[in-house]
Amino acid sequence: MPAQPIELILARQFGDSLSMPFFLVDPEGNLLFYNEAAESIFGLRFTDTGGMREEEWATVFQPTDSEGVPIPPEDLPLVQTLSTRRPAHGSFYIDNLHGERVLITVTSFPVEGRPNRYLGAVAMFWKSES
Amino acid sequence: MKVKVWGCRGSLPSPGPENYVYGGNTSCIQVTHKDTCIILDAGSGIQRLGKYLSPTVKEVHILLTHLHIDHTMGLGFFPPLFDPNVTVHLWGPTAAGESLLYRLRKYFSPPLFPVRLSDLPSHPVIHELDKADFSIGEVKVHSEFICHPGPTLGFRLAVDKAVLAYLPDHELQLGSSNFPMDPEWTSGFEIAKHADLLFHDGSYTDKEYSTKIGWGHSSVSDAIAFAKMCGVKKLSLFHHEPARSDEQVEQIFRHAVRGEELDFEVEMCAEGNEYDLEDAGEKTLKGMN
Repeated sequence: MPAQPIELILARQFGDSLSMPFFLVDPEGNLLFYNEAAESIFGLRFTDTGGMREEEWATVFQPTDSEGVPIPPEDLPLVQTLSTRRPAHGSFYIDNLHGERVLITVTSFPVEGRPNRYLGAVAMFWKSES
Repeated sequence: MKVKVWGCRGSLPSPGPENYVYGGNTSCIQVTHKDTCIILDAGSGIQRLGKYLSPTVKEVHILLTHLHIDHTMGLGFFPPLFDPNVTVHLWGPTAAGESLLYRLRKYFSPPLFPVRLSDLPSHPVIHELDKADFSIGEVKVHSEFICHPGPTLGFRLAVDKAVLAYLPDHELQLGSSNFPMDPEWTSGFEIAKHADLLFHDGSYTDKEYSTKIGWGHSSVSDAIAFAKMCGVKKLSLFHHEPARSDEQVEQIFRHAVRGEELDFEVEMCAEGNEYDLEDAGEKTLKGMN
C-alpha cells in the first residue's frame, strides 16, 4: 500500500487531535479515517470498520430527513463535495449502531494540496438538537 | 552513484575547532553518476563544492528541498552560476502562491544579496516540483512533499537498484499517525523505503524534541525508528544542531544506539563523507571516509 500524501497525513493528525467529529475520505470517497468523537456518534470504532467505500458509509447509517424519508447518497454534503470539489453543508438524521436516531449537522470541504492537487475531502459534524 | 557530503549542519553554519569532525557547513550533498552532477540543497557547503567541481562539468542540477536560508545561503557563492559556460538547473518546491522564481529572487536581491538573478551571465533554468518522477541523465528522481514548515520536498534518487534518500529537514512525529507502526500514514516513507543510504534529520535528543514540537525536525531516536520501518541499509543522521560540538554529537549518538539491536548501519553524518552506491547484482555501499 503506497503511503498517503502529506496533506492527508496531516489532515488525519489534525482530526485525531480534535474533540469534534471528523471524517476523512480520499478523492474516490473511500473512508480513510474518522476520529473518536465521530466514533461516539456512530457507535462504531474506526478500528472495527477500517476503510469503507462511499456506497457503504453513505448508507450504513441510513440517513433520513426529519420526516424519516431516506436521503439519497448524492444529497449528502460529503458526497456533494466529492462530486463538485466545493464545500457543502446540511443537517439530517442517522441511525447509529446503538440503535439511536441522531440529528447531525455536517460541513464538508475538499482537501487540495499544492498546486491544486485534489486529494480528498473532510466532513466535520455536530450532534444537533432536534 | 557517488555521493559526497559538503555540509550536514542544520540551521546555521557553525565553523570552529569544536566542530572539526562533523563540520560546520549547512546542507549540501553532491551526487555524481557518469556525467551527471546533482547537488542536493545549496547550504553553505556548496561554496567548497563549487571550488572543487571539475572544470569539465557543463551542466549542474541543484535540487532544493525547500527555501529556508540554511538550504539556499550558498547559492550566491556557487561559481558555476557566474560561469556562462555552465548551465545551472534549479529545482525546488512549488507553492500555493508565489512562483519558485519569485521566491528565489527574494534571496538574489538587496538587501540580502547584491547580485540579482538577472545579472548572472546565464539565467538558471527553473523547475517547480511537487510530487513528481523525472530523470536527470540516468538518475531517476522521485520528489514528494514531506512534513516540515512551508513547502518542503524529500528526494529519492535511483540508478538501477541503488537508491539514495534525502530527508534533511523532516518532522516524523507530526507527519505520522501511530508512529512508527504505520508506514502508509508516515510522511517520507515513499522516499525512504528500502533505500541503500538514507540521510535523515536527527536534530534533537528526545528531551529536546519535547520542547520543539512543530519546528519541523526529528529526534535521533525517531530517525532510527523511521529507518528501521523503511528497511534501509544505512542511516546517516543529518542536520546537527548548530551549537552542538563534536563531542556532544558523539554522546547523543552513543546514547541513541545503546541497547538497540539494529540490522542496518547508523552513523552521525560528517562533512567530507563519501559513499559509492553500486549496483552490480549484489548491492554494496562503501563508506569512503
